[in-house]
Amino acid sequence: MSLDSKTVANIATLARIRVPEADLPGLAQELNGIMTWIEQLNEVDTKGVQPMSGVLARDMPRRPDVVNDGGDPLKVLANAPEPAHGFFTVPKVVE
Amino acid sequence: MTDTLINDKNLIDGRTGKWEVVLGLEVHAQVTSKSKLFSGAATDFGAEPNTQVSLVDAGFPGMLPVINEVCVEQAVKTGLGLKAQINLVSVFDRKNYFYADLPNGYQISQFLQPIVGKGTIVLDLAEGEHREVGITRLHLEQDAGKSLHDQHPSKTYVDLNRAGVALMEIVSEPDMRSSEEAAAYLKKLRSILRYLGTCDGNMDEGSMRCDVNVSVRKVGDPLGTRCEIKNVNSIRYVAAAIEHEARRQIEVIEEGGSIRQETRLWDPGKGMTRAMRSKEQAHDYRYFPDPDLLPLKLDAAWVESLKAGLPELPDAKRARFVKDLGLSDYDAGVLVSEKESADFYELAAKGHDPKLTANWLTSELFGRLNAVGKSITESPVSAKALGELVGLIEDNTISGRIAKDVFTEMFETGKSAAAIVDEKGLRQVLDTGAIDVEIDKIMAANADKVAEYRGGKDKLFGFFVGQVMRAMGGKANPAMLNDRLKAKLAG
Repeated sequence: MSLDSKTVANIATLARIRVPEADLPGLAQELNGIMTWIEQLNEVDTKGVQPMSGVLARDMPRRPDVVNDGGDPLKVLANAPEPAHGFFTVPKVVE
Repeated sequence: MTDTLINDKNLIDGRTGKWEVVLGLEVHAQVTSKSKLFSGAATDFGAEPNTQVSLVDAGFPGMLPVINEVCVEQAVKTGLGLKAQINLVSVFDRKNYFYADLPNGYQISQFLQPIVGKGTIVLDLAEGEHREVGITRLHLEQDAGKSLHDQHPSKTYVDLNRAGVALMEIVSEPDMRSSEEAAAYLKKLRSILRYLGTCDGNMDEGSMRCDVNVSVRKVGDPLGTRCEIKNVNSIRYVAAAIEHEARRQIEVIEEGGSIRQETRLWDPGKGMTRAMRSKEQAHDYRYFPDPDLLPLKLDAAWVESLKAGLPELPDAKRARFVKDLGLSDYDAGVLVSEKESADFYELAAKGHDPKLTANWLTSELFGRLNAVGKSITESPVSAKALGELVGLIEDNTISGRIAKDVFTEMFETGKSAAAIVDEKGLRQVLDTGAIDVEIDKIMAANADKVAEYRGGKDKLFGFFVGQVMRAMGGKANPAMLNDRLKAKLAG
């Protein structure tokens, strides 16, 4: 697998990272290096092995349906730049 | 499959011929639970902004989601209610996108391995028709927060109370062919969810939201390009949005254009759909399994126990009302469509004639409630009180005619039927002697009419019935009065 500058630009847009045009080829090369390293995994024969999404063999822990959190808007808004009337505020999102 | 769905009355006439509308629905149903899907914050509607938010919901670094076992149970119950396959292993994925009311930058959802697979739902259509629609899947996911765009000239306000609330996204197959069918689908789904108690189905409060996929094609053609209409928040609007969107697409194609796959918004004020301005760029959600969550594994025996504990659902209840109680399919359908109506009926009919009770409920009580804009749960006449009224008719205490007057008063005053009957002396006269006395009086006062009747003018019988009834204040037992009158007039 090989990433070109256009793909890297698209990934940057999706991640909301501004990347100067001039940096794209260098980034592509760097990411390609990482990809090549990961591609070594393809050498492992995984025929007949179930895909896995984690290495823990235990079940997903669950919690009972009780309300034991929330109720502290000041804590939630503590890091918000300009809270108003208990809301977060952001530059207007036009739809 | 598609051929069997073609029904001439559903086709839309265009300039170039008849068009078929193809519809699929995605419903987001809020799971009924006290706390959120992955946090212990409350889910109540209408709380002050950001008062029901945990640091998990607010996307603070280092917070770990832990699944709410009741939300899992509710999703499985809903799947069972939709006669769907329950997947004993399912996986939560991250759906990545940026929006101000999505603090994590991703929504925890299920993509490749949803908790519930294929199922079916039976639509109840006009004229007693029923038709099956396929359910593609049901998956669990988090709701986003709420953005308010109209509170400030240059800012959007964000409330995260709803962020992280559990939703079931229920996706149908593209099996519907008219706005009526789409409306019937929503009604039936809502009814099933409410019977199960897994979602309150309240569209006004947003606990049930609907996206509609609409495409059109000439009969027999392959599927056309579809447009998705977002967040239509009432059953009436869903029908209106479909009608408008289908005609828009037909016009575009007949003018020589083509349909672009896009997301559109329903504007109820203008009665039309419009393309959304942003979000045009093809979405790339980059789904991947959420590393914070292990696969969700269900125990088959636990699923079986939930299945065994399911309440009787509307289809089964309707079938039982028809088979065991002798109700018509139509009446049974009306009674079971809302869980509250079915419960009311069963309580009212306890120990009474099921058909007579059904008639009083559907033709009298529903009519009155409609007229004053009340629901069955707000009825001034309780189920038990209606049952008592039916009982008084059954044991001949009052006639059906008098019962209507009694019912009117019950509805207006909330008094019991027995109290009204006693107070007003409405007890039916079952004493043939008393009836005879009145008949004799009327016959004596109308000797000429008696002679005419005896001379062959049978129609006058009704006149005598009316006169005697009036003289007795409507309280004579109608059958007895008929018998006695016939005998006396015969001489």
